[in-house]
Amino acid sequence: MTNEQLLLGLASVLAAAAPVLFAVIGETISERAGVINLSMNGTILLTAMGSFAVALRTNSLWLGFLTGMAIGALVALIVAFSSITLKQSQVAVGFVLALLCRDLAYFLGNPYMNIPGPRLLAVPIPGLAQLPYVGTLFFNHTVITYLSFVMIFLAWAWIFKTRPGLMLQGIGERPAAAFVRGANVNRMRYLYTVIGGAIIGLAGPAYSLSVKAGWAGTISGLDGIGWIALSITIFGGWNPLRAAFGSYLFAFLQWLGLVLQARLPNIPSQVLQVAPFPLMILTLLLVNIGDAEWVARTLALLPTGLRRLAVRFLRALRASPPAALGVPFESE
Amino acid sequence: MDVALYDIHKTFGRVHANVGITLSVPAGTIQGILGENGAGKSTLMKVLSGFIRADRGEIRLDGRPVVIHSPSDAIRHGIGMLHQDPLDFPPMRVIDNFILGRKGGLLPGRAAAKRDFRALADQFGFSLDPDAYVDTLTVGERQQLEILRLLWLGARVLIFDEPTTGISAAQKEKLFAALRLLAEQGRTVLFVSHKLEDVEGLCHKIAVLRQGYLVGDVRPPYKTAQLVEMMFGKSVAMGERQPAKPGPVALRLESLSVEDDRLKVRDVSLTVHKGEVIGLAGMEGSGQGLFMRAICGLVRPTGGRVWVGDQDLTGRSYLAHKRHGVAFLPASRLEEGLVPGLNLTEHFVLAEERRSFFVDWNAGRSLARQRILDFNIRGAPETPVESLSGGNQQRALLALLRVPLDLLLLEHPTRGLDIESTIYIWSKLKERCAQGMAVLFISSDLEEILQYSDRVLVFFSGRVTPPLEAADLTTDRLGELIGGKGWPEKGGQG
Repeated sequence: MTNEQLLLGLASVLAAAAPVLFAVIGETISERAGVINLSMNGTILLTAMGSFAVALRTNSLWLGFLTGMAIGALVALIVAFSSITLKQSQVAVGFVLALLCRDLAYFLGNPYMNIPGPRLLAVPIPGLAQLPYVGTLFFNHTVITYLSFVMIFLAWAWIFKTRPGLMLQGIGERPAAAFVRGANVNRMRYLYTVIGGAIIGLAGPAYSLSVKAGWAGTISGLDGIGWIALSITIFGGWNPLRAAFGSYLFAFLQWLGLVLQARLPNIPSQVLQVAPFPLMILTLLLVNIGDAEWVARTLALLPTGLRRLAVRFLRALRASPPAALGVPFESE
Repeated sequence: MDVALYDIHKTFGRVHANVGITLSVPAGTIQGILGENGAGKSTLMKVLSGFIRADRGEIRLDGRPVVIHSPSDAIRHGIGMLHQDPLDFPPMRVIDNFILGRKGGLLPGRAAAKRDFRALADQFGFSLDPDAYVDTLTVGERQQLEILRLLWLGARVLIFDEPTTGISAAQKEKLFAALRLLAEQGRTVLFVSHKLEDVEGLCHKIAVLRQGYLVGDVRPPYKTAQLVEMMFGKSVAMGERQPAKPGPVALRLESLSVEDDRLKVRDVSLTVHKGEVIGLAGMEGSGQGLFMRAICGLVRPTGGRVWVGDQDLTGRSYLAHKRHGVAFLPASRLEEGLVPGLNLTEHFVLAEERRSFFVDWNAGRSLARQRILDFNIRGAPETPVESLSGGNQQRALLALLRVPLDLLLLEHPTRGLDIESTIYIWSKLKERCAQGMAVLFISSDLEEILQYSDRVLVFFSGRVTPPLEAADLTTDRLGELIGGKGWPEKGGQG
């Protein structure tokens, strides 16, 4: 593989990660507020199909993306209403929505199967795109990919660097304490769930209007992304920067599968296609293994220096979920 | 700020939690609010701090009637409340906890907040690192953080709900000094407690609540007997201390060592005789909890041996220990001890040794009824455990223990209980000690340690004193040891 090919490959990894990134960041924001939006897998499929259909009919890519955000926000609103107002199980409602939206996407998407449609084109950033290596890697993408870069830092800065972001952390961590500090917990939860949903809604069009334009029904290669995004949210410790790392790792593994497939014809292609999924799960296990008692006990047997290192490493990896995740809040 | 409550009424269903309470507290006063669990103290404070609205009555601040809609509304009026379990955000930093809730621009302004934080902390002699994570702080330090935060928000009335539960003696001194300073600055302090020695030593006047009524508002000099009678409506006799007669050996530890990633407890040797009570004193997290879990097989010791009776149980499971007559009652009653959602009958059925496939519910219910009578639990066989009060949960846990038992390990057996329940629990324990059960208990209450133990081990960041005769100890000496002062040069041998 030449340098140029490698660079292009890595640049395609950055672009291909955009849908997962939007999903992960939207979910992170929603879960930070304490609401699990489990409908993600269905939402992504429905937004991919819906955005493509709207963009095709109106011949406007922007309307396509707007449609995606609207669908995402609407599904999130259902999750928020049933869990915050009706106090029903977020898991049950989210799961049913995931299935419903998925089937809806396949059913309503039939007329649009395999029709060529509009697609976002790469916009090289003048001046920067010509830089060696970096230019190809970062500055020759579609607008939506640039937005995915920006979104990582925006979400991170909002959560950790602003006053409302602190309160967002508080609401998901200990709503009673946030309430005492003057937050309208349930209203904020609504708001963040819907905003998170709108961002998740960008994942579909990022795929169907940019990464792999068009709608191909069940063979779109999009089904399952939502579940992976859920696990990356956990792997990312509800931190957009770590979550971004997870998303890129996943996209990289998928790309590696494609590359290896060409070089190792003996391995069935299915193995390499599916491999990123169990690899992600394995990573998740490793990240959270520090909590297990047997690990602590095994570590205790190591020599002191090595043990300290291992403990520090595992502690740095460990991330605890917002304590009130999935718990409804009622002020007395 | 002068605080006055007029004719406050509050009912929950059929329970009349506050009945026509009228109380006035002038600025600069430390007002004690004394009463046993369920007397209505918390309800009254929640009314004042905006958590709940009174059914009837009026609150006046500096003579002006106010209506308080919510806790954040209360703080706008200058009323701040410190909860028994501080309402903060454990995984976040101290400074972020401090800032959270204060109005301001988009950016939190950490640098300016840190300056204010340090200035306030210096005023009270608190040493808190603004960059530390709250989950690494002790309860006492979290209280200090809350005090500073409320003052920063402009609180002129501070309500403390059972603040001395779960903090060390040194921290209590610091807290009391801070409260006195607050009062000197003209702020009003309401101090809610069921601990007589705390309110007597601190408060300028004490209001006593019983079953929703304010039964008196007394000024010093206080007479303990009078306060107790006001609290309970009758006088309660404190248990007399009786030295244990050494019996056969119940537990023998040979240079037991145990550690986790924070602490090492090394080479503790101890022989406990039947009928003996050993108190484990120390600040929370000084190694006593780890030590106790190592004895009963919940944590694997890293060295040494544990003999229960004449059996070597080193490294065996909790189940093996249980079979040999050892039981452990953890501090977190609802998390580790009882099963929330199950009622008393179901608990007794679960705890029964006989395991037939089908449950004989009739036998279970009559067993439950019998135990409820024996242990004076306020509840019915059908009562779910989580709706029992703390004292009744502890009684239920005791009632669940198998008989006979050779060794009982207790973690904070009376934390959060009122005097009557405390005395009852200990009378039951002593009864069983007389029958030959040995007790090891952890407590952060120095009085309890001295009152009920025969011998005491003091823990300080993993170091352990040799067993000390409780009769030779004083609260002052014990307080010093717990704070790490006056230790023998070579600790850990016993």
